[in-house]
Amino acid sequence: MSPDFPWLTTLIAWPVLGALLLWFAPKALRPRARVLALGIALVELVVAVLAITAFDTADAGSVQLLETHRWIPAIGASYAVGVDGVGIALIAMSVLLVPLVVLAGWREQGSDTTSSDALRKYLALVIVLEAFIVAVFAARDVFLFYVLFEAMLIPVYFMIGGFGGAGRRYAAVKFLLFSLAGGLIMLIGVIALYLQGPGGPDGFLTEKLTGVALDPTTEKWLFVAFFVAFAIKAPMFPVHTWLPDAAEQAPAGTSTLLVGVLDKVGTFGMLTLCLPLFPNASRWAAPTIIVLAVVSILYGALLAIGQKDLMRLIAYTSVSHFGFIVLGIFAFTSTSIAGSSFYMVNHGLSTGALFLLAGFLVARRGSQQIADFGGLAKLVPVLAGLFLVSGLSALSLPGLSTFVSEFMVIVGTFGRHPAAAIVATLGVVLAAIYVLWTYQRIFSGTPRDELAGMRDVTATERWAVAPLIAAMLVLGFVPAPALDLVRPPAHVTLDVIDVEDAPAAAALEGSDQ
Amino acid sequence: MSFTAPDIAWGALSPVLIVLAAGVLGVLAEAFVPDRARRPVQLTLTFGALVGSIVAVAALWSGVKSDGGHDVLDGSLLVDGPTLVLQGAIAVLTLLALLVVADRTATGEDAFAPTAASVPGSEYEELARSKGITQTEVYPLLLLATGGMMILPATGDLLTLFVALEVLSLPLYLLTGMARRRRLLSQEAALKYFLLGAFASALLIFGVALLYGYSGSLRYAEIAVAVGDPSSLDGLLLVGSVLLLVGLLFKVGAVPFHAWTPDVYQGAPTPITGFMAACTKIAAFGALLRVYYTVFPGLQWDLDVLLWTVAIATMVLGTVVALVQTDIKRLLAYSSIAHAGFVLTGVIALDEAGITAVLFYLLAYGVATIGAFGIVWLVRERSVVPLGAAADGDDNTLADDEGGDLRTTVLGEATHLSQWAGLGRTSPVLAGAFALFLLSFAGIPLTAGFIGKFAVFSAAVEGGAWPLALVGVLSSAAAAFFYVRIIVLMYFTPAAHEATQEGAVPATAAGTPAAAEPAAAEGTDVALATEGGTTAVATLVEPSAPTTTTTVVPSEGLAAVAIGVCALVTVVLGVFPTPVLDLISDVARFLP
Repeated sequence: MSPDFPWLTTLIAWPVLGALLLWFAPKALRPRARVLALGIALVELVVAVLAITAFDTADAGSVQLLETHRWIPAIGASYAVGVDGVGIALIAMSVLLVPLVVLAGWREQGSDTTSSDALRKYLALVIVLEAFIVAVFAARDVFLFYVLFEAMLIPVYFMIGGFGGAGRRYAAVKFLLFSLAGGLIMLIGVIALYLQGPGGPDGFLTEKLTGVALDPTTEKWLFVAFFVAFAIKAPMFPVHTWLPDAAEQAPAGTSTLLVGVLDKVGTFGMLTLCLPLFPNASRWAAPTIIVLAVVSILYGALLAIGQKDLMRLIAYTSVSHFGFIVLGIFAFTSTSIAGSSFYMVNHGLSTGALFLLAGFLVARRGSQQIADFGGLAKLVPVLAGLFLVSGLSALSLPGLSTFVSEFMVIVGTFGRHPAAAIVATLGVVLAAIYVLWTYQRIFSGTPRDELAGMRDVTATERWAVAPLIAAMLVLGFVPAPALDLVRPPAHVTLDVIDVEDAPAAAALEGSDQ
Repeated sequence: MSFTAPDIAWGALSPVLIVLAAGVLGVLAEAFVPDRARRPVQLTLTFGALVGSIVAVAALWSGVKSDGGHDVLDGSLLVDGPTLVLQGAIAVLTLLALLVVADRTATGEDAFAPTAASVPGSEYEELARSKGITQTEVYPLLLLATGGMMILPATGDLLTLFVALEVLSLPLYLLTGMARRRRLLSQEAALKYFLLGAFASALLIFGVALLYGYSGSLRYAEIAVAVGDPSSLDGLLLVGSVLLLVGLLFKVGAVPFHAWTPDVYQGAPTPITGFMAACTKIAAFGALLRVYYTVFPGLQWDLDVLLWTVAIATMVLGTVVALVQTDIKRLLAYSSIAHAGFVLTGVIALDEAGITAVLFYLLAYGVATIGAFGIVWLVRERSVVPLGAAADGDDNTLADDEGGDLRTTVLGEATHLSQWAGLGRTSPVLAGAFALFLLSFAGIPLTAGFIGKFAVFSAAVEGGAWPLALVGVLSSAAAAFFYVRIIVLMYFTPAAHEATQEGAVPATAAGTPAAAEPAAAEGTDVALATEGGTTAVATLVEPSAPTTTTTVVPSEGLAAVAIGVCALVTVVLGVFPTPVLDLISDVARFLP
């Protein structure tokens, strides 16, 4: 495929058009909103596959498929999109998840005619969110990134607040205010960064702002302004408190996208903005951030163990996993950074699968309380099996893709900060507890009487989860194609922040394939 | 002594002259045009004048762009880039506001009292109401106020500044007091506005006198020269300049000169509130910009203390107080105070980027404001009253609404926040537009408000005022809370009858204004209010009798057009602001 075709713009524009079509659908099409939404998402997936074929994997460390146009020259903003290996991997993961969410949401809003209008609007929001997601992973202009970073809150806000559970209003507002507060602090950083940079009509381009010599104090402040926004988004301890509420109240499909994809924008921002734009400040802040990351890993895992609500539990496991991702990014070794990048993709797959399956369970039982389940393995064996595989992926069982990335993060970190790596490993043990104990409480034992007659997964639901499990297995046994995408950018990042690769990590380079 | 007639450049004056002349003609039309034809005549005249004014601005544009502008009438008016931008913006926004003002909605009633001079509750008023009298005097008043607004930022002479301020203020005082419903509240607002406005005018004219005493001139340019030339009269200069700024800060509603804003915004007829909020702010900020940039740059160090304090106090207080408001008009009033603070950060920046930023911000804010108040105008209370009981306002009959023999009467605006619950379900398009305006106020990206906020904050940071930008950002974050709260109400809260029973909306169906009045005026008019007062209490203790519901009256078409245009502009300026930003920055230089 030709790399000159505006692939990324197509990937952004198509869902926007699709969402408009869904929202303003003529009356005749309205009952078919689900099929329409699925069709739009599948076309997007096909375009994404074509875009990947146009992407030169051998040169994954450089930004490709680049398109740059003037947007608002008066304030220095451009429309610039382009992806390196990490960006395209995350885009691929996102466009894979969206059709599955549409598919899984088949019954989410009920199938009666009264709510079909609500379902159509919900799906339109999902599709427009897809456009924002692709755009934010592709943005090569700090202003554009900021605009998308903030604007994508609005559809999510309506998805949680309009279609969630009983406490949805509180959860939606908390989500929005946390994110907005972080974003507005970042806004000051964005403005100040532009003024420090070369300026001009395209002064917000990431490439123009990389390598700008900054006053050390200014650089630290700018780093903090950006990092706080990303830490809230990611979310890291101690600014994670919005996530459990949002995940508990949101529809399962929304949680899938929120935790599986949107939160990656936080870690993606750390990797592609914080490190290259503020290399010195990143080195300065790394020890503190590593401590926070390790705290996130353990704290998230411990709280996950203590949860009674299934959705909150999955949300807390994600806090723990995001700790690993941040740890890898700020350990500054090629292995750990590549591992973190890969982890972002895997976490989307495994958490996405968990949220979808939990959504199926909740839809059947009408409750999110773990205590309301029990002994389901005998009643719904396929659902139990799928849940177990996804859970094992969350605890990084060898053979599943998450194992590869978590291993890379820990090994890479060990080369630089052995203590942090050792403590983080405890997180793996805790993961075994929260996954297996949850499985035990929901699926083992004798079935409770009131659960009798629960239906196993339908064909649609099977199709919604199967691609994720397949992807986890394939990437677990043959991670090389994905690693080829994320390794070169990791080396580029290390060059930019001017850090020597750790010896242990370098030794591992060829050994883990 | 010989008198030389000044050389008058009529062409350069035309944007102002057209509007003022049409205003005078409108007054004559009130006297000579027969009753039935008055509304079409006035509407055509007003509409034509504003369009003519916009055309005149456009015709002057290229000349000013190439030569930077020139002064007219020996410096009384400075026709330069900012003048044209401001006059154009005021004319366009007035045009939008006019559409809302002129809309009589499906009820056939406009927002103005049939006889504004009648005593509220008198027989005379009731007579005028029952005869279905409507007035058209608002149109010339609107034009005269607009004329004043167009002169205010354009003048280069302190005396003309004062006259322009009065020309714009006096019609506004009148318009504020002319509301059709809740007339006591409206008249109280008008009186407050007038008294405080007169006070501010007095301070301003005193400042003008002191500055004249210091410099011996009323011309901006000559005062600026005198400012750069220190003398023993520094005390006069400082006090004079502070008083002058206070007069202008009063008009923009900056803390601590904001006390009138919530009352006036609440009491004035809603379409007028929108006009006033958008256009007065533009005119006053335009004048403030010119004074600060051309007269006092030499005094920057001294005045910064004042303006920084005012800006921070305005942002913080506007935001914090808005958080606890329960009336939509008061909430928008406090939000407008907070916005005045944001604009001030751009004014303080004192560079060219600051001028562009401030002008763009005012435009974005004005568009969203007119749209938002236009929507508030259409969201009404509706009484559900059995037939026959409507006239006497007796609430004993209200509990039973199952007879099917109901008469529904559309009342005034449903301004209590709880009445907005569920609007997203009942009128999705209107609620969507309102949500858009709120997001623009909150400064969410892809709306005009964001670009405006970005521009003023970046101007402030560039001008070294980053602490102001930081305060601005933090208050923006807090402000987002109350904007979002309204969205939550509209979309995620069911329009349950319980919402109207919390005692917050005690007004019952009322045939007579006296009964409707006390609830609105919150007990300040007890003497008039005995009957209505007991009604309100009765409603409080009898929560099972919802007497009003919220409804959206269909617009005649005019307001719908205005709201649609405002929404479109808000999005377009948010996504493709470049043409407008370029247009402004091309000419954003003040004549010295």
